[in-house]
Amino acid sequence: MALRKRGKLPAFDPGATGGAGGADFLTTKLEAMVGWARKNSLWPFPFATACCGIEFMSVAAAHYDISRFGSEVIRFSPRQADLLIVAGTVTDKMAPILRRIYDEMPEPKWVISMGVCASSGGFYRAYHVTQGIDEIVPVDVYVPGCPPTPEQLIHAVIQLQQRIASGEKSRDSRSRRFAAEQPG
Amino acid sequence: MSAVDVETRTPAAEKLHEKLAGSSVAGKVSVHDLDLPTIEAGPADWPALARFLRDDPGCRFDLFLDLAGVDNLKRKGSKTRFEAVAHLHSLSNNQHIRVRVPLPDAEKPSLPSVESVWPAANWYEREAYDLFGFDFPGHPNLYRLLCHDAFVGHALRKDYAPGQRWFYTESDLRVPDWAQHTEERAGHFETQTLSIGPSHPATHGIIHLLARLDGERIVRSETIIGYLHRCFEKMAEKHHWNQVIPYADRLNYVSAMVNGVGYVRTVEKMLGIEVPERGQLVRTILSEFTRIVDHAVCVGANLVDIGALTAFIYLYQPRENFYSLIEACCGARLTVSYVRVGGLAIDVPEDFVPRCRGLLESIPKFLDDVEKLVDKNRIVRNRLQGTGVVTKEQAIAWGLTGPMLRASGVPYDVRRARPYDFYDRFDWDVAVANDGDNFSRYLVRMEEIRQSLKIIRQALDIFPEKGPVNSDDWHVVLPPKDAVYHDMESLIYHFKLVMEGIRVPPGERYEWIEGVNGELGFYAVSDGRGGPYRLKVRPPCFPSMAAFEKIILGGTVSDMIATLGTLNVIAGELDR
Repeated sequence: MALRKRGKLPAFDPGATGGAGGADFLTTKLEAMVGWARKNSLWPFPFATACCGIEFMSVAAAHYDISRFGSEVIRFSPRQADLLIVAGTVTDKMAPILRRIYDEMPEPKWVISMGVCASSGGFYRAYHVTQGIDEIVPVDVYVPGCPPTPEQLIHAVIQLQQRIASGEKSRDSRSRRFAAEQPG
Repeated sequence: MSAVDVETRTPAAEKLHEKLAGSSVAGKVSVHDLDLPTIEAGPADWPALARFLRDDPGCRFDLFLDLAGVDNLKRKGSKTRFEAVAHLHSLSNNQHIRVRVPLPDAEKPSLPSVESVWPAANWYEREAYDLFGFDFPGHPNLYRLLCHDAFVGHALRKDYAPGQRWFYTESDLRVPDWAQHTEERAGHFETQTLSIGPSHPATHGIIHLLARLDGERIVRSETIIGYLHRCFEKMAEKHHWNQVIPYADRLNYVSAMVNGVGYVRTVEKMLGIEVPERGQLVRTILSEFTRIVDHAVCVGANLVDIGALTAFIYLYQPRENFYSLIEACCGARLTVSYVRVGGLAIDVPEDFVPRCRGLLESIPKFLDDVEKLVDKNRIVRNRLQGTGVVTKEQAIAWGLTGPMLRASGVPYDVRRARPYDFYDRFDWDVAVANDGDNFSRYLVRMEEIRQSLKIIRQALDIFPEKGPVNSDDWHVVLPPKDAVYHDMESLIYHFKLVMEGIRVPPGERYEWIEGVNGELGFYAVSDGRGGPYRLKVRPPCFPSMAAFEKIILGGTVSDMIATLGTLNVIAGELDR
């Protein structure tokens, strides 16, 4: 199986092997197969706080239908989710709860920051608003917009899927490794 | 004070003046005539005045609408640093008034609580304590409401830096005493305390509810809010009048258009300008569509909470169709920022009227489908009928407005009580139900959707094909681009507006419209600069949420979920 990109894991494509004239087995790397399985079953936890949460509802409803991308199993328990979608402004009062929910999610886990408020505080440069959730949790994909259009959020999910399929580690595991390597 | 007060008054203010002359506070208060009749009273006279205003048969100001603090530190010509400004409404006389209470002590501003007169004042006073540091002797539960509990200082004072944040952890949360331990009673189950939220699928936005359960019944509860306090009022003070519009839109993000219209109407009234008929009609049409969308989302989400997912999917489709329309008008779907002071950002597209008519055709079918699924459904009826009951008297005492109040049998609708734009020209009915339970609120919302469709149809009939949508006052509205490029004077207007903002004459104004959840009021104070000196919004779902902890008493947890859905609490508007 050809390497998809230099330095990346080979792409896992079950359709390429087997079939008429093909062998009844396939060879791949375990990470590639696991990545393929993971990317198509991202279970999101919608941390919907504000306007972006309403737009997230549109993404999940019939018209935009996020289930086309394997992410429709919306979980309201962090223990069953592996994708945290932070949709909306996070205030200082809410920030500890966001961190707690993030900590309760099992690994591997990914975070999408939906909208400018979650990404940077947006135009609420104010006394009670967290200036970006990356003050508290590591973020994998930032989605700009106030609120982002449903297409933008779907694009973010697809981008994340590509990264998972290529075996790229989540920001969470990278920040953990970084923390472990720090002296003292 | 009243003896030296020689200004001429409108009949309403004159009548109020005469009424007060026969009261126990006669001679201690004065009546002024601003945009509303305004009574000025000292803090010591405030409770007696409040009682008189509520109980006197000629006054009957039974609806407590709003309490705003004002810090006059940077405002010229004011006698005291702080003042509290309350707005009241009389349902029987259909009249608004303002009561201004200047607080002489700048170090420890204090005024007596009127929570015992109007229970609705409870949360407003907590808010004023939180953001201004006003002390309310006699208040039963005076703690911070919006800011977190590790906050230092009072954010809306003029000497508080807008960006000053404070470190907060979960252990800082103030948990009320009663929730920290359980009670054991002889021969009885132990009661337990349940914490629901702030991140919970049924809380619709981020609301934190503590409930003490005796078996399955809720015997005590308290709501903790402020998880989405985005400092709207402080941000408004730092921006130009037009720059506040996006912030105003994000108050109630399900009905952004209505918020925008409510805000710019306030500024337009202060400036004394009129919007051309076409602009007003566009606002009316899109506002009513927004009302439909809001009610659809509210009903749909409520039904999801009680287990009916199908109706939600049905109700979401007209919403998407409306979003396509508003996207064609201004490029945004949800938070539209379409209005401007003096008109609209841009004119509507050419096919606006046919598109609206198309929507009018399609929406009733979705409503019929939902009503077929819901109205005679035994599960829905059992869950909604007889739960979350609010009586007429309670609704008034708690300061509820909008569908909440109308479902309890009070036909107060701002569009009828004080018609603005073209509402008095249209033929429509105020939806009222009498039971005050969750099912009544569902019925009122569904009927309001149909009435809104009726209003839109009539508005489209008189919609002028051509004409301006903006006022031609270039002190307020940007001149057309063509004129800016070729005409020196227009260029100057453009420059001044962009750099300095609109100059609103010094003064104050309370303007109110029928928001989707009730009376949406904006109290604006201008000191003549390009932006608001103080902007207070009266969020319609704030009193509903304050009443929530009382409505759910005696019910089960599942009733509580069904009730929260019919309140239609939008966290952005609740916490601002």
